[in-house]
Amino acid sequence: MKIGVCVKSTPDTAITRFKYTSGNDGIDAAQVKFTVNPYDEFAVEEAARMKEAHGGEVVAVTVGDAGAGKVLRETLAVGVDRGVHVDAVNTDSLATARLLAAVARSEGFGVLFCGKVAVDDQASAVPAMVAELLGWPHVSVVTAFSTDGATFTASRAVGGGVEEVVTGALPVVITAERGLNEPRYQKLKDIMAAKKKVVGVVTPESLGVSAADLAPVVTFSAYADPPERPKGRVIPGDAAEAARELVRLLRDEAKVL
Amino acid sequence: MFDPTAEQLELAQAVRDFCHAEIGPTVKEDDEHERFRKELIGAMGAMGFCGVPTEESWGGLGLGYLDYVVVLEEIARVSASYAVSVAVTGLPQIILRMFGDDAQRAQWLPALAQGQALGAFALSEASSGSDAASLTTTATRHGDDYVLRGTKLWCTHGGVADLYVVMARTGGPGPKGVSAFLVPGDAPGLRGGKKEEKMGLRASPTTEVVFEDVVVPASSRLGPEGTGFRVAMAALDSGRITSGAVATGVGQAALEFSARYATEREQFGQPIIDFQGVGFMLADMAARVDGGRLMVRRAAWLRDQGLDYGQAAALAKLVATDAAMAVTTDAVQVLGGNGYTREYPVERYMRDAKVMQIVEGTNQIQRLVISRQIKARYRA
Repeated sequence: MKIGVCVKSTPDTAITRFKYTSGNDGIDAAQVKFTVNPYDEFAVEEAARMKEAHGGEVVAVTVGDAGAGKVLRETLAVGVDRGVHVDAVNTDSLATARLLAAVARSEGFGVLFCGKVAVDDQASAVPAMVAELLGWPHVSVVTAFSTDGATFTASRAVGGGVEEVVTGALPVVITAERGLNEPRYQKLKDIMAAKKKVVGVVTPESLGVSAADLAPVVTFSAYADPPERPKGRVIPGDAAEAARELVRLLRDEAKVL
Repeated sequence: MFDPTAEQLELAQAVRDFCHAEIGPTVKEDDEHERFRKELIGAMGAMGFCGVPTEESWGGLGLGYLDYVVVLEEIARVSASYAVSVAVTGLPQIILRMFGDDAQRAQWLPALAQGQALGAFALSEASSGSDAASLTTTATRHGDDYVLRGTKLWCTHGGVADLYVVMARTGGPGPKGVSAFLVPGDAPGLRGGKKEEKMGLRASPTTEVVFEDVVVPASSRLGPEGTGFRVAMAALDSGRITSGAVATGVGQAALEFSARYATEREQFGQPIIDFQGVGFMLADMAARVDGGRLMVRRAAWLRDQGLDYGQAAALAKLVATDAAMAVTTDAVQVLGGNGYTREYPVERYMRDAKVMQIVEGTNQIQRLVISRQIKARYRA
């Protein structure tokens, strides 16, 4: 079975300091180090484990510019067999979903794993749209997954510590939550072996997706920083006195008590 | 060769990710309690760190020394102790590849390269340090066997190693009476003796190793009788490159930590890096680390090219390890009172750096090697 996994190139949040583009309508990509979206790492790992258990081929797919294609290569050292880079601009979630659905259809994936959210726009929109476009079931924020090759069982944590178990028939779109698995490290040998693996570049036209299909339904007008947090206040005095003052302020000024 | 290749950067990143997650969290505790976690060598072996230059057919990665020094530097940035463990497990592999026969290689190389066996190198003795050729451990031939008797000192992985490369006397005095042997860690009569309580590299066990009539088959001798000193010297030549790489990693860690600190710590209303006295100190530290790294890379490159690298390795070891000592000392100074406390890692870097000026031939021995070459070249 072919196992698909969607990968998005997102800013490395550990080291990135953001700057906006001059028109405040985007992030200045030149200032940013990109890496695999952290939740997509769980998706990649699950795909790799499914292949190790059942055989098949793991194909990672991304939509974006040449930089996004480069990030796709990172997955080739952790269990992905082949990459498909859709060379297109990410205009909005629906356009991206149309392209990913077209790849899933032409590859004939049995399962499509995605991260539950991309840490850049935090939209969590694409996987559900892909499933809808394909007419496949979709299970989100999954913490355990198994399949016998024809049907699947997926667990998801719902509110109050309750676990919901979903079963159904393949093909399916699954989005990975933290805890689904522990992603492996890149072994040095696998990094070198990854050099021999192929990332195919495809265009929207070759997938049969027209410019009209990709016309954005959402436009981004502006980005802005959240308002600066007011400075904290230190209440002097001994503990009992300060506590009394703190309660007074919470009640009279902040009005939260 | 001046800068790492794209592939070397990828290897470095992978090593960094692993070390930060698996070694970093306990590095302080392991130092405090002199705790060596052997299972980490197995994990690093599975990642491919332990056999970087060993051929793929023998279970290694089949890469060059330029790649090897990148990996060692990255491990050392997190823990000098575990970088030394990888280098010391690498040493028997280099010796086996240069001097071993195929039976010996088949027995030991894959296990060492994959971190399933821990290596050790037993040369020094109580009265034989820099004067290595005066060693007194004996290997006496009895039929098809040798019987080893004597005590080795300052042996990294003593008592926990799975394979020791042992230098022992099979003939008369001097270097030509020495032979090299492969001795399994579980050989009857071999035991780890007193464990040294060390200033630095405290997560790396260093012990006396006692050989009480240890019987090994003649097939475990490396090369012909009397060539052991050549084996030891060749190992030290390679070891000089790796200790330079480990020192560079420690120096880099100290530079990074103190540079970040100097940009955050404010006194008199400004970050202390903006005081020229501190800023220039950091500039000198950066120059020293980079100088050492470049010389290590050159020695590694010469070795990869099959060119003579002995002199370059001695120069690199001298410069890189002196740099690490100077840079880590300055890092403590940049952090001031904080640097002197165990709450910050720079005092550990300083303690770890010191031994780099002593191992694989003291830096005085490096100067001796270098000055002999100068004399030979410029003699009237």
